Amino acid sequence: MKKEIVGMLLAGGEGKRLGLLTKSLAKPAVPFGGKYRIIDFTLSNCSNSGIHTVGVLTQYSPLILNKHIGIGKPWDLDRQQDGVAILSPYTAKEGGSWYTGTADAIYQNIHYIDQYDPEYILVISGDHIYQMDYDDLLDHHKENDSDATISVIEVPWEEASRFGILNTNDDLEIYEFDEKPANPKSNLASMGIYIFNWKALRSYLVNDATIENSDHDFGKDIIPAMLNDGKRMYAYRFQGYWKDVGTIQSYWEANMDLLEEDLSVSLNNKEWRTYSQDTNYPPQFIDEQAIVENSLINSGSWISGHIKNSILFEGIEVGSKSFVTESILHPEVKVGQNCTIKRAIIMEHVVIPDGTVIDGEKEEEPIVIDANYVSQLINN
Amino acid sequence: MAKLMGLINLEHEHDFLNELTYFRCGAATPFGGRYRLIDFTLSNMTKTSIEEVAIFTSNKYRSLMDHLGTGADWDLARRHGGLFILPPDWNDPTDISRGDLKHFHNNRDYFHRSKAEHVLISGSQFIANTDYDAAFAYHLERDADVTCISVGVNECLPEHASQLRIEASSDGWIQKLTNDLQNQHVFTGVYIIKKEVLMKLIDECIAYHKDHFFLNGVNSNLDSLKVQYFKYEGYSIFVNSVESFFRHNMNLLKPTTYKGLFFQNSFVHTKISNEPPVKYRESAEVTGSLLANGCVVEGNVENSLLFRGVKVKNGATIKNSIIMQRCTIEEGVHLENVILDKDVVVTSGQTLMGSKEMPYVVAKRKTI
Repeated sequence: MKKEIVGMLLAGGEGKRLGLLTKSLAKPAVPFGGKYRIIDFTLSNCSNSGIHTVGVLTQYSPLILNKHIGIGKPWDLDRQQDGVAILSPYTAKEGGSWYTGTADAIYQNIHYIDQYDPEYILVISGDHIYQMDYDDLLDHHKENDSDATISVIEVPWEEASRFGILNTNDDLEIYEFDEKPANPKSNLASMGIYIFNWKALRSYLVNDATIENSDHDFGKDIIPAMLNDGKRMYAYRFQGYWKDVGTIQSYWEANMDLLEEDLSVSLNNKEWRTYSQDTNYPPQFIDEQAIVENSLINSGSWISGHIKNSILFEGIEVGSKSFVTESILHPEVKVGQNCTIKRAIIMEHVVIPDGTVIDGEKEEEPIVIDANYVSQLINN
Repeated sequence: MAKLMGLINLEHEHDFLNELTYFRCGAATPFGGRYRLIDFTLSNMTKTSIEEVAIFTSNKYRSLMDHLGTGADWDLARRHGGLFILPPDWNDPTDISRGDLKHFHNNRDYFHRSKAEHVLISGSQFIANTDYDAAFAYHLERDADVTCISVGVNECLPEHASQLRIEASSDGWIQKLTNDLQNQHVFTGVYIIKKEVLMKLIDECIAYHKDHFFLNGVNSNLDSLKVQYFKYEGYSIFVNSVESFFRHNMNLLKPTTYKGLFFQNSFVHTKISNEPPVKYRESAEVTGSLLANGCVVEGNVENSLLFRGVKVKNGATIKNSIIMQRCTIEEGVHLENVILDKDVVVTSGQTLMGSKEMPYVVAKRKTI
């Protein structure tokens, strides 16, 4: 069945820099924003943009991620002919291997894409927080008659050397790609969101697969090779909120950003909804002694303490005289009485005993608390 | 293992909630922050491993059908069995059946096609979070024709007046069902009946021009049927008037009732809607309240229930009130003892007050 565009969502990364948070689950499946998982943002973008053919490439600890995506119902991607497909590494007659890079992951699933015979292919990853209409990106791609279009965001000049920087002429045609340049010539950073003409990309992928010393990576190999050959490549300037949640610090910041009054990524935006698997927890209960300020709290929570500048997932309990601030509590966390919790990320099902004090330093990365941490705390 | 099928009979539940049932049937009335009354009945049935549930509904069932959808949210979207919403069908000119017997008559196939030998029949006004496994086991063990689920109430409240009372022999067989207001042994309206007995009684009732299956089929034949009771001991309530609706919603703000209804068993299922977590702004002050997802609170909320997606603007105060889905409470509004139905907008500076006994009710979609 012919499709104009197929989305390929890279969700296999281990996310090493997220430490404990990705100890047993893939980065895109890490809980985010009080009820979501990181991947919900890109899946919702696909659905809201009218892209209903989405291949999700999974690899690292995929159980929770796969279960979360399921048949794609929350995103209306449970469809007869297309919808969401989970593409995990596989073996075939001629052998098989883990995905060795982003380009390799797409290469190994060429047959999946070919069955839809698309004009275009959208490559995105499941570890960014943003709300974007991919249809606008596609229009831009078509208008420029481009072979590849890369979505870029203006970053502060002093931070530009941390990103893949695209150097363009005035009409945004790309002539150079610098991966983490020491002296950036532009502040247009690649967001890791690409649209390719499938025919063009396909031949590059097939060719790249034969190159032994290639990293099989879009940023390192495919994009430079296409530039080298003088392919028409354009940048698409994205205006809005976008955050790579690759580290504990940025994960925490992106959560805290949701508390900002005028953030362009809004969970309450009815025109651009963010979908996720929902649960049947009852409404939350804020009891008579509770104080709640500037926070997000999900269903099934029972709050008796003081919550400030924090994000609470479902089924949380916070006992009386406890103070939780600048923290993220994952589902089913129980905080006893008389506790102080500051700048911490508490993992699912962890029980914090009465009187516990966890005081994260302001300038340091927030502390991630798991059951081990708590048992050590008790033993000391 | 004997099987049980379910029937939610709404035929005799008229518009018992005044303004709240102007546009919907009683069973579809929102309750408890995110539910509809029927969610409790339906969840209890599916927890009892009932895999097919039919609903007899005769009026204002648009919002009920919208809420139930395919039944997927209760795990009732099945290839075999599942959910059957059975609206009235009055096309047969030779049909002499009346009342709920018309439904039974027109939908015989639902009962015949099922392999289940027993039927659990319920309305939507008895609210509990339970399963009927123990009652069903007892029904089978005693080989009863009918097992009526009952509760013992400590105090006879106005909402109990319309419920039948049970008088039984010492070995548990029901002798009489009365309207004795002093009797604290109350029939919930939920009963399990042998399908074979059900079908026979339906025919008899229709032949004698009867119009109420339970009263004419079961109650009038107590001497020839084996009818027993099974007493339910957990937290339960009846909602059949605006007064009881308001009081029982408010009771959910007590920790014991909240936990008793929501956390005793597995969760009560309802239509999934994907609302974001509640957003509390800097200026929010919320105490002793129950809030569903999607709310954005800037003002004060005290001892109240907020359904999904309610907006409370800066400087607004809500006290002892029930605010249903997607209402907007503008700046400086003061609400006390009110029930706002869905989609009501209260423009800035307004004050609405009811009394605890007589809450002020605003019908759906009004702008005040």
